[in-house]
Amino acid sequence: MHGLSFDIAHMLAGALVLVSFMMLYQVRLYALLNVLALHALVLSLSVAWQAHIQGSPHLYVTAAIALGFKAILVPWALRRMVFRMGVHREIEAVVSVGLTMLAGMALVALSLEVMLPVTAKADPIAREDIALALSVVLIGLLMMVTRRNAVSQVVGFMSLENGINLAATGARGMPLVVEISIAFSILIAFIVIGIFLFRIRERFDTVDVGALDKFRGGQG
Amino acid sequence: METVLIAILCLLLLGMIAAVTARMPIGRVLTYGGCLIVCLVILGTGLTSIAGPIQRLTLPLGLPGSGTHLRLDALASFFLVLTGLGGAGASLFAIGYGRHEEEPARVLPFYPVFLAGMNLVILADDAFTFLFAWELMSISSWALVMAQHREDGNAHAAFVYMLMAAFSGMTLLLAFGLLAGPSGNYAFDAIRAVSPSNGLASAALLLALIGTGAKAGLVPLHVWLPLAHPAAPSHVSALMSGVMTKIAIYGFVRIVFDLLPTPPWWFATIVLVLGGITAVLGVLHAMLERDMKRLLAFSTVENIGIVFVALGLALAFKANAFTTGVTLALTGAFFHALNHTVFKSLLFFGAGAVLNATGHRDLERLGGLIHRMPRTAVAVLVGCIAISALPPLNGFASEWLIFQAILLRPELPQWGPKLALPVDGALLALAAALAAACFVRAFGIAFLGRPRSPAAEQARETDIWSQAAMLIFAGLCLLGGILPGVVIDFLAPVLQALSGARIAPQVSDAWLTVAPITASRSSYNGLLVFLFISGSAVLTVAVIHRFASSGLRRAPPWDCGFPDPNPATQYTAASFDQPIRRVYGAVVFRTREKVDMPSPGDTRAASIAKTSHDTIWELAYAPIARLILAVATVLNLMQHLTIRRYLGFVFAALVILLVSLTLWQ
Repeated sequence: MHGLSFDIAHMLAGALVLVSFMMLYQVRLYALLNVLALHALVLSLSVAWQAHIQGSPHLYVTAAIALGFKAILVPWALRRMVFRMGVHREIEAVVSVGLTMLAGMALVALSLEVMLPVTAKADPIAREDIALALSVVLIGLLMMVTRRNAVSQVVGFMSLENGINLAATGARGMPLVVEISIAFSILIAFIVIGIFLFRIRERFDTVDVGALDKFRGGQG
Repeated sequence: METVLIAILCLLLLGMIAAVTARMPIGRVLTYGGCLIVCLVILGTGLTSIAGPIQRLTLPLGLPGSGTHLRLDALASFFLVLTGLGGAGASLFAIGYGRHEEEPARVLPFYPVFLAGMNLVILADDAFTFLFAWELMSISSWALVMAQHREDGNAHAAFVYMLMAAFSGMTLLLAFGLLAGPSGNYAFDAIRAVSPSNGLASAALLLALIGTGAKAGLVPLHVWLPLAHPAAPSHVSALMSGVMTKIAIYGFVRIVFDLLPTPPWWFATIVLVLGGITAVLGVLHAMLERDMKRLLAFSTVENIGIVFVALGLALAFKANAFTTGVTLALTGAFFHALNHTVFKSLLFFGAGAVLNATGHRDLERLGGLIHRMPRTAVAVLVGCIAISALPPLNGFASEWLIFQAILLRPELPQWGPKLALPVDGALLALAAALAAACFVRAFGIAFLGRPRSPAAEQARETDIWSQAAMLIFAGLCLLGGILPGVVIDFLAPVLQALSGARIAPQVSDAWLTVAPITASRSSYNGLLVFLFISGSAVLTVAVIHRFASSGLRRAPPWDCGFPDPNPATQYTAASFDQPIRRVYGAVVFRTREKVDMPSPGDTRAASIAKTSHDTIWELAYAPIARLILAVATVLNLMQHLTIRRYLGFVFAALVILLVSLTLWQ
């Protein structure tokens, strides 16, 4: 039984990394938002499985929050926003997809290399989870750095937060109040960013952050 | 103890009241009058408690769990006498002088707080209270330096002062942090009980020297002092020079002689060397200064150097357990600190009175004031003689004691003090001689001769309060010089507490003779010297009046006995200091003179241009300023990057740290 539960947990965490990679090569915003919803879905499955094998019912709450907020509410809201701003047809990429993917692979290798020796004495499930969660975080950051569109940067930020969530649930004894407060802070961050997106859009007629830099006198 | 505490509270209260009443005419009298009374109370407490038992008090204020510890011992009492005396004098002076203040609301509220801060430093018996009071003193005096912020250079002076005060506070914080040890008990009693390791004690000693030296004006940390002290209103200048520098000396003595175990001889050598350099460099600067108040500030640097030489001597003797030397050197140091408070306050009062009467601080625009401000002139003359260490005034008595300590010349086994001692003796002698020249110049150019500007011609004698303050302090200078034995006996409890011994009682000796070691070795009788000097002076004046003034003189006709009425033909301050500038300035300040003499027949004017450099500023401070500017310029580029670049920085930093973590494993 232990073997199977470990394998399933491992598979779900791995799937999360895989979905992160899928994000990296999406150039259309709607497709990107779909992948974000998928990302959150995989996260909520993973958290639910953790709840099952750890026997801690409060993690089901976390899974439900992930499913409700991150897999449904946030992608839906972002989709509406993209539609209302009329940027849903935009295609964007700064660094070539191949290069980004290679960088992402290097990051996964790096996080495994860092985390596995450090957590040698930890519970094997938590150990794998934390290593994979770190790669999700790093890929989210990579996405924020390589994209120019503000919506894609928000997506990168959300996926980064998913990685943190994965790490948190992998570790036993994470209090529910922390989970909830993280979820709420993300929600508030999302609202603030959403408002800012509209403000930026109103002023500059675009959500390309390069316009902000031009406004400040930089080269973009 | 309680009296002083209540006095400090009264001062803080006066500050608050002054904030309200500053703009009313009554505000000035109320504030300064209140400060005068409170300072007299503090003076009285200090005078009575110096021989009394140690008093302690713990207040449930300050850091949670530790409270505020206060303590009044002999050392604290002596320095309370200093602050009380200096504060009372400055307040009395300010009752009259403050009338000319343009923006009293910028001065009145901070003045009592400044006094309160200084007194609280003395009472503090734990590091937290000490540093709090230290910073209170710094901040309130900074506000006073900024009082006349519209004048050229004052804002810059205040900025430099703020930087140095912060630096001084930081080093003291580190020193106390080291001393408190791992247990983190900041009460001075706990610090006394711990005996720190050698390395720790050495680091704490150096930090304490830097921290208190920066506040006292020890070279090379003196740069703020000649900027900030003159920038404040004159009575505050008197407090800063006369009293605040003594608080720094108190901090040094408290940490080095009281809290720490006996310091090693190399530390004494450092103090001796820095003290000697400070004394000579300070007086050289003063000698070449045209601004009256800056001149006085530089002279403060000199006197701090003298006190630190005496403290260094005491440290060298203490390292060799030579108690007689320790008591003699410390007595000299404390006596000189007291004297400096009296005569430097007096001179700053005089400078303030002249500034009010003429509107000028520049010596080249004064002159002939002895006829227009006779009482001020007499008082300033007494101060000048005292600070020049001429008998029979108090400056001579204390410097004489310090020289006696140098001349003890016991066989010191270590090479450091052995070499530093004679050199310091020579440096002190040089500084004393230069100080005399400096104050002959200052008094001569400002008060003698003919007025060099219309303002000096129309000067009026200052008000009665200011005159009273100056004349009382002049009287104190004379008393201290005639009765040094009284002061030495007064200091005995302080020395008993610090070194476990005292100088033999002096007052009972016949004719008030002072013999600090033995009568066969050296003795000084201020009273006899005074009587002799005044007697011979009266005789000389009588002879001159009898035979010279009323004698027949021959003069060219039609010029009223006055060869050239133009005041520009007089000896100027610059001409007075030219020999000194040529001898010392060429080396110390890299002074260069350039004479442009037109050839015969050429009608353009001849000119002389002199350039000089502040060597210490250029060597020690300018590079730091340039470095900070360069780094700031480079970092300024970082302030204008795009959001994605910032994100990229965060990302890169994270990846680099992770990679280095992997490699390091």
